[in-house]
Amino acid sequence: MSDETEKLKEAAEEAKKNLGSPLITDQKTSSSLWFDQRELNVRYMISVERIKKFYDGLLEGKVFATRCTKCGVVYFPPQSYCSSCRSDSMEWLELAGTGELITYTVINVKPQSFSHYPDYAVGIAKMPQGVNVLAWIDSDIKSLKVGMKVKLEVKKREPENYLTYWIKPE
Amino acid sequence: MRKVGIIGASYTKFGERFDASMQELAWEAFKDAINEANIEPAQIEYSVVSNMGGWSSESLPAVIVSEALGINPRGSVRVEAACASGSSAVKLAHDVVASGQAEVVLAIGVEKMRESPSRTVVEYIGRAGNFMWEFENFGLTFPGYYALYATAYMSKFGAKEEDLCEVAVKNHYYASFNEKAQYRNKISVEKCMYSPYVAWPLKLYDCSPITDGASAVILASEDFIKSHGQEAVWISGTGYATGTANLSKRDDFTGLDAARKAAQQAYVKASIDPERPASQLDLAEVHDCFTIAEIMAYEDLGFAKKGEGIKLIKEKQTYKGGVIPVNLDGGLKAKGHPIGATGESMIAELYHQLLGKVKGERQAEIRNGKALAHNVGGTGHYAYVTILSLDKGERS
Ligand SMILES: [Zn+2]
Repeated sequence: MSDETEKLKEAAEEAKKNLGSPLITDQKTSSSLWFDQRELNVRYMISVERIKKFYDGLLEGKVFATRCTKCGVVYFPPQSYCSSCRSDSMEWLELAGTGELITYTVINVKPQSFSHYPDYAVGIAKMPQGVNVLAWIDSDIKSLKVGMKVKLEVKKREPENYLTYWIKPE
Repeated sequence: MRKVGIIGASYTKFGERFDASMQELAWEAFKDAINEANIEPAQIEYSVVSNMGGWSSESLPAVIVSEALGINPRGSVRVEAACASGSSAVKLAHDVVASGQAEVVLAIGVEKMRESPSRTVVEYIGRAGNFMWEFENFGLTFPGYYALYATAYMSKFGAKEEDLCEVAVKNHYYASFNEKAQYRNKISVEKCMYSPYVAWPLKLYDCSPITDGASAVILASEDFIKSHGQEAVWISGTGYATGTANLSKRDDFTGLDAARKAAQQAYVKASIDPERPASQLDLAEVHDCFTIAEIMAYEDLGFAKKGEGIKLIKEKQTYKGGVIPVNLDGGLKAKGHPIGATGESMIAELYHQLLGKVKGERQAEIRNGKALAHNVGGTGHYAYVTILSLDKGERS
């Protein structure tokens, strides 16, 4: 729960004592608001069975795309089927080598679930295999330039402690 | 297909509407629209409700709205095309009438974004793209997605942050005359430049706000309009397209491919020359969720050549009296951006503009009797371009 919500919750608790109902007041408009008494926490369970090799690749320090063995189209994020020629025959292809940073930003105002991080740079790199990869950029923000040479690097994201990939200037 | 016209339209005061529930907001927009259309609620045969939701408590907004407006048991459906939901609702409502299934249909958008704290809203909109590959691991935000375009655009065409701020200055200027706008303060380029970064290179004043609001558009068949004797504005063409969920699957970050495709379709349907659309349109509403988005819209719509959108705003060509006035209501930037209600509010604004009902500083000069609404969902994930006309036209 955010600090913002925590404060509202305290105000609602106080209101229940004084007014009998969890009514809080918006300070700008002095409108009465019912503070929801039912909390919903959501965590999704997302199917990755058919692209599990991608996660095996991260364990070996590799970032994999898929390639259709029939028509050669490369997919990143990895796709378990070819929507171009309708084939299910896919092979794994490592996104190795030097790419180019085609654009980037720095996220200053963060989503609630990323609020524990300092400002982070996100970029899109064009890889030599013909696909783009979006990821955080592991570099001093001030040194970034559109067109700079980059590669992909796999390491653990902290503090969550799971493997993911970064764009890293060469 | 039958001709379809708009006979009434409205939008509520936009802003942090802590004073009104979702039902009350919908009612506020509907009441004005139906009074203007001069019909009874029972004459509405179907409704399309646009709402993005997530941040608000109601899971079934279409039934909430139908009950609130007293239009049960007519059928309804909720539609989502992110920030273009409103235009998608108008398109579906149009199609129901055009195909002969109903004489009068309501498109109504409602959004209560401020039912959640702002950080939660930032989180929800950040998820509006590809959740698994762009949000879950990398915490993108809505300004962040557009900032990727701003960086690429500025790098390729030598545009400056100051140039982007010119869009905010214009839209705040017109919002200052619009009593329904969320922000009615005029700003300067300096004020915009000194505002804090939200997603570099975009600053607070480059961004549209978090907004509550509702807007309604009532559409009717040509037969109904004739017998009812109502003044109407006609829908002369709608173009629509989609873009990849993953931004990483795109090649170009200096314009929105979906918007270009939607515009080309709409121009063909409405018999507008795609080489010089600005000369045939009296004004446009474009999707300025961020200042860079308005610049790209100028180019995607063919108002300016590639890379020259900045020149258009710097020369004040999108103010009244210029090549084509854009966002005379203050745009998403200053009028506000209640995601699911934005599209209908653009169309409501153009309806009143074409009929000369806006008055004052914001009223455009109507010569051709044609106007365009460009409504983009997400970051070019959806695009709808709707062309309205005072002239019924012969094509369908
Ligand atoms: Zn294939």
